Amino acid sequence: MKEPKIKSIPYSEFKDNEYLENMVAELNKDGVNVIVGKLDDLINWGRSNSLWSLTFGTSCCAIEFMALGAARYDMARFGFEVTRNSPRQADMIMVLGTITYKMAPVLKRLYDQMADPKYVIAIGGCTISGGPFKNSYHVVPGIDKIVPVDVYVPGCPPRPEAFYYGMMQLQRKIKLERFFGGVNRKEKEEDIQDESED
Amino acid sequence: MDIKDRILKLQPEATFEEQGDLIAVVAPGKFRALMEALRNEGDKMDYLREIMGLDNGTELGAVYYLESTATYEQIAVKTMTPDRENPMLPSVCDLWKTAEIKEREVYDFFGIRFLNNPDMRRIFLREDWKGYPLRKDYDMNSNPLNMENEVNADEGDEFVIDSYGSVEDLKNKIFDRNDFVVNIGPQHPSTHGVLRLRTSLEGEMVKKIDPVCGYIHRGIEKMAESMTYPQTLAMTDRLDYLSANQNRHALCMCIEKACGIEIPERAKYIRTIIDELQRIDSHLLYYSCLVMDMGGLTPFFYGFRDREMVLDILEDTTGGRLIQNYYVIGGVQADLHPEFQTKVKAFIKHLRGIIHEYHEIFTGNVIARERLIKVGMLSREDAISLGTTGGTGRASGWHNDVRKHHPYGMYDQVDFKEIVYDGCDSFDRYMVRMDEIMESMNIIEQLIDRIPEGDYKVKTKPIIKLPAGTYSASVETSRGEFMAIIVSDGGKSPVRLHFRSTGLPLVHALDTVCRGNKIADLIAIGGTLDYVIPDIDR
Ligand code: SF4
Repeated sequence: MKEPKIKSIPYSEFKDNEYLENMVAELNKDGVNVIVGKLDDLINWGRSNSLWSLTFGTSCCAIEFMALGAARYDMARFGFEVTRNSPRQADMIMVLGTITYKMAPVLKRLYDQMADPKYVIAIGGCTISGGPFKNSYHVVPGIDKIVPVDVYVPGCPPRPEAFYYGMMQLQRKIKLERFFGGVNRKEKEEDIQDESED
Repeated sequence: MDIKDRILKLQPEATFEEQGDLIAVVAPGKFRALMEALRNEGDKMDYLREIMGLDNGTELGAVYYLESTATYEQIAVKTMTPDRENPMLPSVCDLWKTAEIKEREVYDFFGIRFLNNPDMRRIFLREDWKGYPLRKDYDMNSNPLNMENEVNADEGDEFVIDSYGSVEDLKNKIFDRNDFVVNIGPQHPSTHGVLRLRTSLEGEMVKKIDPVCGYIHRGIEKMAESMTYPQTLAMTDRLDYLSANQNRHALCMCIEKACGIEIPERAKYIRTIIDELQRIDSHLLYYSCLVMDMGGLTPFFYGFRDREMVLDILEDTTGGRLIQNYYVIGGVQADLHPEFQTKVKAFIKHLRGIIHEYHEIFTGNVIARERLIKVGMLSREDAISLGTTGGTGRASGWHNDVRKHHPYGMYDQVDFKEIVYDGCDSFDRYMVRMDEIMESMNIIEQLIDRIPEGDYKVKTKPIIKLPAGTYSASVETSRGEFMAIIVSDGGKSPVRLHFRSTGLPLVHALDTVCRGNKIADLIAIGGTLDYVIPDIDR
C-alpha cells in the first residue's frame, strides 16, 4: 500500500504538523504490505477511538478535564471518556498540572507501569515548560525531561476545545502507526537509547 | 483592655512593631509564657490563625497570628532567634493543635526546630532534601531533580531539653511494626489532587492517618520574593483555583492597604459579586465531587451543568474560565460585560428554580444519609484548636465567617446570614455548603442592581513600592479563611510573602476526624472537608 492516508479527520481541519508529515513520508518511502497494512488500519481505527486515559491530574488543569467529562463538552463523543485509575489498564497518560520534584519519580513509575503501546499528552504550560513556575526550585521544567511526550497542548489552563484538538492529534498519530512491529519496535529502540544515555 | 496593655502586663519586656499590623515582639525565652497566658487567661486567644516563618537576613523566627473566637480580637506575636546554625524555638502545639503541622512547615522551610513538638519531620519537601529553601542564603541549585523513589521514615523526631540542659532527640514512632498501613495516593482519583495519606488500620477502622504533602509544592512563596508586586498576583489564582478571585482579593487588599490605595466603589461592588459567583461555582463543584466520590454519577452532571453557566458569566467579563487574573491592584482589570447583570439575574432565577433537584437526588437519599449523618465527628473545640475555618468549622458550631466578623468589600452593607450548623458531622458540613449557595445568591441579588457608575480601577504605577512593615489581609474564600501576609523592606518586591492555606488545617484534621471511622468513609469525609491540594502545598 503506497500513500497511507489519515482516515475520518479531514486533513484541512488541522494546521500543519511537521512531525506527522515526516511520519507519512517515511511510511511512503518504505511502503507497507497490503494485508498487514489493512489490518493495521483496522486495528488503529479501533485503538484511536477508544483511548483509555490514566487520570493524572495534579492541579488546576485537572478541573478543566473534569469539565470535559461533564455534559457540555462530553468527551464520550470521541471515545475517550473511559478514565482508568490503574496504569495497567490505560493506553495513555494525560498529564494535567504542575509536576514537582517530589512527584517526578511517581510519574515516571506510573509511565513505566503502563503497557505498550502507550502515549503521553502534556496539557498546560506547567507540563510543557514549568509554566508560571519555571523558576521554582521544586518544579520540573517540562515533563519531556522525564517521559517522552506525544502531544503538547498549551494553555493555562487550555480551553476544553484545545483539549480536543490535542486528543485528535493523538488519534491522528495513532491512525498512522504501524501496529504490527512498528509501534512496539519503536518503544524498544527508545528503551535501548534511554539505557545508553544513562 | 487594650491589647497592647494586656501584653505589656503579661510581658513588660515586649516591644511593638506598628508598621502595618500590630506585632508584639518578645525574646524566645519569654515567648512561651506569653503565649500560654494569651491562650488561657482573660479573653482567650483560642484560634491560632497562622504561623509564618521568617528570615530577615540575620535572624530566624516566626510570627504567630492569634484571634479570640469570643471577641474576634486579633494580635500577632513575633519571636526571633539569632542562632542560624541550630535555631530552636519552643513549640506551642499543646496550646493549639494546628501548630503541630504549621511548625512542621516552618521547620521544612527555615530549619527552625520546635522543642517538644512530637513530630519534627519535613512535610512538603523530600526527606532527603538538603537545606531550607526559604532561608535567604539558600542555594537554588543545591537540590537537582532526584528520580529515586522517596523512602519515608517511620519515626518522627521530637527535640526536648533534658535535665542537663542539652538537646535530646527522642524518636517517636509514627507507625508500629505491627501496624497495618495502607498507602492512599498520591495518584488517587478521590483525594482531590495529589495528597498522600498513610493510613493504619485496625480491621476496617482507621487507626491513624499520616498525611504526606508536597507533591504539588511549587515554591510560590520563594518565587514571589523575586517578583514585583503586580507579578505576585498571578500566583494567587493558581493556589486554590476554585477560589481564584477570592485569593487574589486578599492579596490585592493587602497591597492596597499597605500603600493606602482607596479603590472605587464600583470596583468594590464588582469584586464582591465576583467573589460570590466564585463561591457558587466552587460549592457546585464540591457537590459534584462529593457525590461522585460516594459513587453517584448523575448529580455530577447536575453540578457541572449549572457551573458552566457561572463560568460563562465570568468568561464574558474576565476572559478566562478557570484562571482569570481579573483583580488588579487598585480595582479590576476590565469593566463588566454589558450583559453581566442580565445574565447573572437569569442564572440566579435558574438556579433557585432547579436546586430542589440537587436535594431530591442526594440530600434525601437513604444511602447518602446513612453515610453522612453522625459520621466523621469534629467537635467545636477541636475545630477551633485545629483551625479548620470555613464551612467545616461552621458545621461544628464555630462562628468564623470572615465576611461577617471582619467585613471587607461590600459585606458590611449587605444583609446575609452566617450559615452555622452544630451537628459536627459530615452531613452538616455538606448542608453548610448547600445553604451557602442560597446565601451567596441572596448577596448578589442585593448588589446587582446597585452597582454604581464610575471608574473600575484607579491608576497605579507599574512598579509599586510598599512602605517597610508587615501587612496582612484575610478574606473568606470558598473553603475558609485565606490570609495574605507581606513583609516589606520598602523595596519593589516583598521580603517575604506568605499565604495562609485554607486546606492545610483540614488535611491535618483528617486524623482527628477519621479515627475510629471505617476506611470506606475516609473518602466521603475527605470530600465533605473540601480541601484543594495546590493551596496546601503552595
Ligand atoms: S498550566 Fe496553568 S492551569 Fe495548568 S496546572 Fe499549570 S498553572 Fe495550573
